[in-house]
Order: sequence, then structure tokens, then C-alpha cells
Amino acid sequence: MQFMLLFSRQGKLRLQKWYVPLSDKEKKKITRELVQTVLARKPKMCSFLEWRDLKIVYKRYASLYFCCAIEDQDNELITLEIIHRYVELLDKYFGSVCELDIIFNFEKAYFILDEFLLGGEVQETSKKNVLKAIEQADLLQEVKKVIFKNKSFVT
Amino acid sequence: MALKMVKGSIDRMFDKNLQDLVRGIRNHKEDEAKYISQCIDEIKQELKQDNIAVKANAVCKLTYLQMLGYDISWAAFNIIEVMSASKFTFKRIGYLAASQCFHEGTDVIMLTTNQIRKDLSSPSQYDTGVALTGLSCFVTPDLARDLANDIMTLMSHTKPYIRKKAVLIMYKVFLKYPESLRPAFPRLKEKLEDPDPGVQSAAVNVICELARRNPKNYLSLAPLFFKLMTSSTNNWVLIKIIKLFGALTPLEPRLGKKLIEPLTNLIHSHLGSLGARMRLVLPAPRSSGSGCRPGLALCVQAPKPVRALKYLGLLAMSKILRTHPKSVQAHKDLVLQCLDDKDESIRLRALDLLYGMVSKKNLVEIVKKLMSHVDKAEGTTYRDELLTKIIDICSQCNYQHITNFQWYISVLVELTRLEGTRHGHLIAAQMLDVAIRVKAIRKFAVSQMSALLDSAHLVASSTQRNGICEVLYAAAWICGEFSEHLQEPHQTLEAMLRPKVTTLPGHIQAVYVQNVVKLYASILQQKEQAAEPEAAQDVTQLMVDRLPQFVQSADLEVQERASCILQLVKHIQKLQAKDVPVAEEVSALFAGELNPVAPKAQKKVPVPEGLDLDAWINEPPSDSESEDEKPKAIFHEEEPRPAKPRQPEADEEELARRREARKQEQANNPFYIKSSPSPQKRYQDMPGVEHIPVVQIDLSVPLKVPGKYLLEKDRKKKKKKDKEKKGKPRRHSSLHTESDEDIAPAQQVDIVTEEMPENALPSDEDDKDPNDPYRALDIDLDKPLADSEKLPVQKHRNTDTSKSPEKEDVPIVEKKVKKPKKKEKKHREKEREKREKGKEQKEVRPRLFPATWGLPLRLPCHVCSSAWLTGPASQATCLLSRPSLCHSLQGTTGRKSLTVNPDLVGLFQKSSKHRKKKHKKEKEERSKDKKKSKKKKPPSDEAAEPVENGALDEDPLPVRGTSLASHGPETYDIQGSLQKDSQVTVSVVLENQSSSFLKSMELNVLDSLNTKLARPEGSSVHDGVPVPFQLPPGISNEAQFVFTIQSIVMAQKLKGTLSFIAKNDEGSTHEKLDFKLHFSCTSYLVTTPCYSDAFAKLLESGDLSMSSIKVDGISMSFQNLLAKICFHHHFSGKRWGVALNACAVGEKSVSVDGKCSDSTLLSNVLEEMRATLAKC
Repeated sequence: MQFMLLFSRQGKLRLQKWYVPLSDKEKKKITRELVQTVLARKPKMCSFLEWRDLKIVYKRYASLYFCCAIEDQDNELITLEIIHRYVELLDKYFGSVCELDIIFNFEKAYFILDEFLLGGEVQETSKKNVLKAIEQADLLQEVKKVIFKNKSFVT
Repeated sequence: MALKMVKGSIDRMFDKNLQDLVRGIRNHKEDEAKYISQCIDEIKQELKQDNIAVKANAVCKLTYLQMLGYDISWAAFNIIEVMSASKFTFKRIGYLAASQCFHEGTDVIMLTTNQIRKDLSSPSQYDTGVALTGLSCFVTPDLARDLANDIMTLMSHTKPYIRKKAVLIMYKVFLKYPESLRPAFPRLKEKLEDPDPGVQSAAVNVICELARRNPKNYLSLAPLFFKLMTSSTNNWVLIKIIKLFGALTPLEPRLGKKLIEPLTNLIHSHLGSLGARMRLVLPAPRSSGSGCRPGLALCVQAPKPVRALKYLGLLAMSKILRTHPKSVQAHKDLVLQCLDDKDESIRLRALDLLYGMVSKKNLVEIVKKLMSHVDKAEGTTYRDELLTKIIDICSQCNYQHITNFQWYISVLVELTRLEGTRHGHLIAAQMLDVAIRVKAIRKFAVSQMSALLDSAHLVASSTQRNGICEVLYAAAWICGEFSEHLQEPHQTLEAMLRPKVTTLPGHIQAVYVQNVVKLYASILQQKEQAAEPEAAQDVTQLMVDRLPQFVQSADLEVQERASCILQLVKHIQKLQAKDVPVAEEVSALFAGELNPVAPKAQKKVPVPEGLDLDAWINEPPSDSESEDEKPKAIFHEEEPRPAKPRQPEADEEELARRREARKQEQANNPFYIKSSPSPQKRYQDMPGVEHIPVVQIDLSVPLKVPGKYLLEKDRKKKKKKDKEKKGKPRRHSSLHTESDEDIAPAQQVDIVTEEMPENALPSDEDDKDPNDPYRALDIDLDKPLADSEKLPVQKHRNTDTSKSPEKEDVPIVEKKVKKPKKKEKKHREKEREKREKGKEQKEVRPRLFPATWGLPLRLPCHVCSSAWLTGPASQATCLLSRPSLCHSLQGTTGRKSLTVNPDLVGLFQKSSKHRKKKHKKEKEERSKDKKKSKKKKPPSDEAAEPVENGALDEDPLPVRGTSLASHGPETYDIQGSLQKDSQVTVSVVLENQSSSFLKSMELNVLDSLNTKLARPEGSSVHDGVPVPFQLPPGISNEAQFVFTIQSIVMAQKLKGTLSFIAKNDEGSTHEKLDFKLHFSCTSYLVTTPCYSDAFAKLLESGDLSMSSIKVDGISMSFQNLLAKICFHHHFSGKRWGVALNACAVGEKSVSVDGKCSDSTLLSNVLEEMRATLAKC
């Protein structure tokens, strides 16, 4: 997978993850182009489109479009499955996720994605394991936060 | 201090956090840009603060803004600061920001190397994990090279969580640093059988991706994958494995057969959802013959229900089409229906399919359908796509499917009515190609083209540059070149001389001008033959009148040609006035045929024998000219194109002669090949251009209804003929058979092959794309690993960055060194006396260091010393550092200080195994005469040398030889012994030099208060630690023992015994071997990278005690000395850290200054150094 984008129906980018290093300018250009193309497609159309030499697999969940770019030889259905799995993970983590969750906790959304995918490849197929890893990392963060807060207010 | 903290936290309360920022942005919908620029200003303020929490918060906000499209590259350095925070909360944010905004062009990225390395070896798996995740997004070739070895080590981490990530990230590393593939591959292979399913699937993923690039390397893994496929229940893994097999089967046909059964099983076991089945079928190995049959059946059903499946069904069909065209062709109607679909993706897929589905019989029908779509299509992109597809379909395989070229020309003309297309040149090229190569069609083509020229205003008015007006280029050329076929040449001539023509693009006008003359020549000839001199003069007058409009053209080419021709025509006019017949001579200008030249012809011209294209013809005049430019400029001529105007100089005879000669050569040349869209279909065995046999089809054959087998066979034969012979379809037998057999040409058509140079070599190397990023991964993995390929570990030699570790010079040096060492080793062991050690040591060292370290170290040492001599004021304080540090010095430019921290960083590296082996072999040879069994334990001084990461230094290791390989504190090792306060691992290489078999070896050490051998639980202080292996004669192995150290302040000497049972023919004896272990203070020290400012602060802070030594009578050069010191000891800052500086005082003395938080430690360290120096 080359990259993953999340954007709203209004075309606002909500999350982007690039597995190929590109300059900001290129990223912006690609994003703009893709958001336009995908939003122009009608709901009944299929989830795949060919774009440049990549294949774009996208799916709409409520007001959010999840959009992945894969190479020609990659499997489209498994990409759809990846998107779905990610949505499930978000859902489990946030408890019936909505766009606002992702906006306000965008870093968490990234962390979940990072646990799920690494370098564009599926890292962990078990939902349970992903969430466990996230929870533990969060726990680590909370503990430290608490300590930090105590410190800063006590001293 | 405390006040500052409070202030910081109060400040922080008023700071915006991310939520506030998001809310703010949402509340300022109208003036978002203004609000954000205000926020960025605030963030900049926050970044200036010392408080890391504030900084992390700021970076977090920046990451959000980056997503909104704001540039945050200016904050890259701050991001690195946050990355290096010790708290996970901040580190996480730092890495997130880095992964979002770093790319290969980010220059600060090289500063992260050491930070990442440190995080990779962090005791917390989440620190490591977050570093790996971040790295996966911004790994650069440099990072990949520097960190490959660390990541490889992590592949054997105890935690599956880390292993999994490390395995996956290796793929990224391979891409950036392909040299790492070979050394890392064995371990990757191991991971396929990892007990953790996550790690296993990660390894499958990586190998699958790798195999896509160079499948043959991975063929040997097929049985393993086969096992995985039949045993795994994880769909995700299964899909990857099947994909991998898809890449492998073309290489190993037997595999295909073997796969059929499990694949069919898989497909049937997933009956539940069509989707799952499709997913499996899609990547399924196509070559597995009947294996894909059931898949095909599914694909065919698929286009009906769901849209996604419709798309995939079409996709799958196009894949199956390549191998089983017949089964797909049956679904032509279905595919044609898909063309009407609203969804562009589906339509495009269907178009692709059509390309493979056309046959002679349905071509007309399909193209007709497509043409109707062209009219309907809205949106130029899709229309253009349709247009190119029509042309592709028709022209594929050298016009294989076209039986009627008149029809094709009409189609092309029809296409010119398309508005706003970008593919005018494509149509033009087709027209030219067909007209040149199909002689029989020229008459028709010319008539169509003249009509086109006549209505040129329609075409030219509607389009701009690069548009449809390009076809006029072709039309003009065809009309001029084949003017003898023109019905009304005069009319066409006038059409071409219309004033409107001057609005066309320059290159088209130029062709017009040139071809006007051709036309003119043929009219002259006609008129003269008809004896109508007035008419001929009228034409000349017309030319003289109209040509000046081109002479005024702004385009140079047009202008030049026009003025040239104008003069010519004026001359003709004069001659005509004298009633001289001129037609012969004028048409002689354009006599002869133009043959099409294959596009690759120029490349295929063989280099004549004795011609060296790389040799200089003249000596290069200056350095500025690049080497390869020169020959190129001389030899690389532009390829001749069919449309290129001929040189008028060549007279007819000459041309005819040449043509004859060429034909002759071609006829005799077995390599004369023609180009066709598919490279494999070359006419290697065909005679030359004009001699293609035009086979008459026996009309009685198609009237028979051939049996299926015959039909198949016939078609194969037919295919060959098809390319040579085209004709109008005759449908008399179409009722009987579906094959192409029934179409026989009524009119014979030659498709002239394109010309290729004599002796052209058939080559396919042009298929490879030199820009393919994956090409580098095409590495032969079966070759044994060479020395030069080992992954670079952090060591001094890396100072010559950008190159893979070069070691060519080392082995020679080493051998030299080893010899003396070995001898005296044996010597010593024989006597088993410790008192001699000192002397021997002295003997060894001077030879050892200059040889191994002197040379490669010169550069870094120089840097060190010069930096020091410039004084401490330049915040770059120079550390007397280990070689590896020297490397880091150079790596992070300007940061010349480094600290070493014993318990934060432990660098653990596995020393190269085969290197050791090699070394041992040599030793064995020399020790053949030795009878007595020997075990070697490090004598005390010996132990002083190895430093904790001694295993890092591959070179010194074998030098130190047999006994103590590595020895040092280790935070966590491969077995994952979690870092307790201070642990030291001592690696002992045991070699059996006797002829007896050694077993039940036990090692015991008399613990001191400070240093204790870590024993298995439940055993007492007096029990030994068993060595986990036995030693047959002549074999050596490495055992590791862990020691717990209470304090590193004092050096330690430990006595120990190794007991073992030696078994030989006469029986077994119990023997013992005593040894001594020496733990020097310096061996506890570990390198820690540290920023120069932090280090400077540390040095200035004054809470470090200071002391110095001065040693006189040094004869060694300073470089060598430094190298030696580097080798012996190394130094640290922070906590118990020691900072040491050495500088040369006078010619024969050296002074060493040290700073340390613990004075005892410092004095001990200095004492050890003094001892080292004294030996010089």
C-alpha cells in the first residue's frame, strides 16, 4: 500500500498516512486530485478506480471516505478488508466512532493505524492484539502523564 | 528551578491544547487562515520553551496543521527534540510528527540516526515499537544502512510485538539498502516458522513482496509455503501465500499442478462468501492450467450482483484471458454490456478486456460499438481513452485482426471528427503507417486523405495544438507521396495552397510545402504526357502565386523550404517558357520508395568489429565534458522517420541500386526482423521485406467443418499467415464455425514489415525499466555471503560513509597480526602460567594496533585531535573516543562530543560468525601438532582489552583470538534478559585442540562481593554454570556467561575454573583448567550519543571531579596512540560518566584529562590508561 487517506464528504482531510516518502508538495497535489475524483463518484459505483499507475480502493463510512492507494498487483478486496478492519478497530477503540472522534483524537487514530499497518503492510491481523497493544501503550502514557502532572503541581 | 517549573506549568494551563486548536479552527470558519497563522505564531513561542511537555503539545498541534496542508518543515528540529524525549507520551508524539512530515529531502533526518538506534534498543517494547513504526515512514538509504544491523537484531527479540515490526520494516530497509538483503535473508527465513502467528504473517508478507521482484530466489521456499498454505487458517496469510505462488508458478511448472488441489479446496471451503472466493481466485496462479477453471466460472457469475465484484470479475477475466482466451471470449456480450455501465472504472476494465477479445470476425462489430460510445461519451478523458483503445485494438499484433483496411481507414477518418482530443498524432501515425505498409490500400487512402485536406477547415478550425489537426500532417504527406493515385490532383493542390493553411502549426505547414512540390511534380508529368503545356504552365503559375505566403512564415523550417521551392518553381517556369520538358527531372526529385523503419532499428545496429565506442577518438579537451556524452553525440543519430522528406540529391539509379543491395542483404540475413507490438512475434525466419510470400488460401479448406483439434491447429498456422496477408472477409462459411478460418482475403494485401538494420541482434533487454525501484532487489540469495557484504555495524570504518562496508584490506592485515598472537597464545597455554602474560602482551600489542587500527583510524583521529586542539571554547569538545564514536563524530557533523552512559545504552551486536570460523581454521592448521587438550580462558590483561561492545569490532575480535570474545554490560540481549542495573556478558570461545571429545563442561567463578556470576536459579555459589554444548576435537564454540556487577568504580579480577570430562579411546578423564577474568573499569563504559551543547553543559557544570595524568616517553605517533587508547578503553559522560580528553604534549608525552562524577572511577580509569600508555 502506498498511502491511506481519510477525508470527509466536504473534502476535508481527516487523516493521511504515507508509506512512500514524498515531498509535501506532491502529497498535497495527490490528495487534492484524489479527493476530487473520489467525491465525484456516485454512491453506486464500485470501490476501485485506476489512477495514474495506481489503483485506488475507497469506501465510504457515514460521512468519511477511507481511501487507499495500492499497486497494480495488489489485491483490491484485501485492501477493502483492511479498510474495514481499520474502521472496526476505530469503532472498538472509541466506541461507535464518529468523525468528531477522529478529528479530536487524530493522534490516537494514527496510533491505531500504526499498530495495524506498518510500512503499508498488515502487521497484525488480530483485532484483539492491536487493541491490546494500544491500550497498554496508552496506559504507559497515562501513568507518565499522571506522574508528570503530580510533579509539576507539587514542585 | 522549582519556580521555573511552576511557572511553566501555569503557562501550560493557558496554552491551547490540540482539542482547543481543533475547536478554534472549527469556530473560525470564515477566517481560518488568519486564525491558523496566529496559532502557528503561538506554537513557535511554545517551541522556544524548555519544557518538553509544552514542546510536545506544540508539535502535536503542528502535526494536525500539517494535515490541513500547512508547511511545518521549519519545525523539523523541534520534532527531533520531542522524539528524543525520555517519556513515552512525548516520544510517541515526536515520532508521529516525524513520520508525517519527514521525507528523504529532510536534512535533519540524519540527526535522528543515533536517537533511533537508542530507542530501538530501549528496554520498553513500546519505545522500540514506536521508533520502528516511525522509521518505516521515513527510512532513507542512509538510515537503512546505519540501522539495518540493529533492526536485524530486533528480529530475534523476545517480544513477538517487536519481532513482528522488525520483520516488516526490513522490507523497507531492503528497498532502500538492497545490500542488506543477503545478510538478513537467513533470519527472515527463520521467521517463517516463528511460533507467533503475527511474526509469521509478517515474514510471509515481506517474502511475498520480495518474491514479486525476483521470484526465482524464493523458489526454494516453496515447500515451506506449501506447508503453511495447507496448515494456516489465517485468511490474510493465505492470500499472501497464494499471491506468492502466483509469482513462483511460472518458474516451476510442477508447482502449478501441485497447487491445483489445495487451491480448489480453499475455494470450496470459502463457499460462504463470494467475496472471499474472489479474493483467493484473483491472485491465483494463472498458469496452473485447470486450476483456474473453477475460478473462471466464479468470475463469470460475478459481474452480475455487486459492483465491486463486477469490477473484479472483469479484472480476473483479463488475467485469465492471457492464458485461456477462448474461455473468456465466450463472454463477449457481457463485456460489451459493461461498456454501458455508468462507472468509469468498470468501463475502462471492460475496454481492456475487449483488447484481448477481438478476433477477425468480431473486430468490426466491436469497433462499431466503441465508435458509438465515442459519440456518447461525455468527458474528454474517457473519450480519449476510447480512441486510443480503438486504435490499439485495431493495430494490435501488426494489424492481425484487420481484414479490410478500407474499413480501417474510414474508421480513422471518422475519428478525426472527434473534438478536443489529444490524440491527433496517434491517428496521424496510424494513417501513415497503414498507407506506407499496405500498398493495396494506398489508392483508397489517398482519396480519403484528399477529401480530408479539402475539408481541412473543419478540422483545423476546431482544434488547437496537438489536437486533431495533426491528421492533416498525415493527410498531406500521403497525398503528396502517393500522388499518382490521386483522382483530381489539381484540386488537392489548390486545397493545400489555401491561405488558411498558414494558421496551422509549423511542422504541418512544412510538410504541406514539401508535399505540394511532390504533387506539383506529378501534375507536371501528367500534363506533359497529355501534351497540355498550357495547363502545366498554369500549375506553375499557381505555385508561384501561392508559395510566397509560406515564405513569410514565422516558422524557420517552413520559410526555408518554401523559399527554396519557390526558386525551384521559378526556374521551372523559365524552362517551361522555353518549352523544355521538365516533368522528368522534377519528378526525379522524389523518385523511389520510402520504407518504414522499425522504431528500435537504430538501437539494434550491431557494432562493427574492431570499433570500440567507448574509446576516445580525440583526447578529451577538458574535464568539463562528461565521458559518455561524447560518443553519444557522435554516434547517436536521429532515427529516420517515414515521413521525413527525402534528400533530392539521390538520383534514381543510385536509389535503385541501393535498394537492390539492401534487399539482397536482407534476403540473406537470418536476423532480419520486423518490429511488431509484441516483441516475441518477430519474423526471425522470414526473408526480406518484399519477399514475404503471399499465400493463397485454398478456398476449399474453410468450407470444410474442421474438427476441433484440426481447427486449433489450423488457427496456429493461420496466425502466421494473417500477418502477411489481409483481405476482405468472405463469410461463406461463417455459419459453420466460430473460427477465423472462414475469412479469406479477396484482395491481396501486403503488410510491409518495418525495416531493421542488417545483422540486427534480437534483444529483449529494452523491456527492463532502468528506473524500476525494485530492480535493486534482484539479488541472488543463494550465493554464499561474502565478507564484504556484511551489514555495517557501528564502527569506525563507517566514517567513509555512503559506501557499503569495505573490508578488502582487512584480512591481509589481520593475518599478519594473528600469527604472532597465536603462537604466543599457545605458548602461554601450554605452560598455563599467568606470570608471563605481561610480557607477552607487550609483545603483541605494538604489532597489533598499528596494523589493525592505525590506518583506517587516521582520519577520525585527526578529527579528534584537531578538534581538541582548537580548544574547548568551540563547543565541540573532543572526546578521546572509541573508534565507533569517531564514526558518529563524523556522522553528525559539527557534533563532536559524545557521551557514554553505561546503563542507558548497551550496544549489542553479534559478531560475525563465519569470520571467527575462518580464523579458527587457520589456527587449527597451525596447532595440529598440539596434543594436549587446551581450554583457554582470558588471562587478566587480556580481559582488559575487550570492552563491552567488543563484539562490535569485528576486527579486534579474532585478533584477541581464542578466548575472551566479548565482555561487557548489556542491557538486553537476544535472550531478553531485561536490563538490571549492571550486567555484563562475557563471551568465551572454547576450542578443543586435543583429540579427545570434551563434554560436561562447567564453568565456575569465585564470586567477589562486587561481581557475581549469574547462575541458574536454585544453585548455590559453589555450583558451576554448565556450558550448553559439547566439543568434539577441533571444534570451537562460544559460550556466554552473565555477571552481575554491583559497582563499576573498581576494576575486578576473578578466579575461575573450567572443569570437563575428556573422552578418548583409552577412556575418560576429569580435568580442570584455571583461569582469571579481569574486569577493567573502562570495559564497563558504554557509548551514549549526546548533543554537543548538552555535553558542554555537563562539562561546565563543575559537579564532575577532574584529574589528569601525563605519561612520558611515548614513541608512538599520536594517531596510533589515540587509536590504541580508543581500542582499549572508552569513556562516558552523564551519571557515572567519564569524559576524557587526550592531547599530545610535546613530542614524547601525552596528557590525558578526565572528568567524572565519581572520582574513584576516574582515577581507576586513568590508571588503566596509564598502564596502557606505559606499554607503548
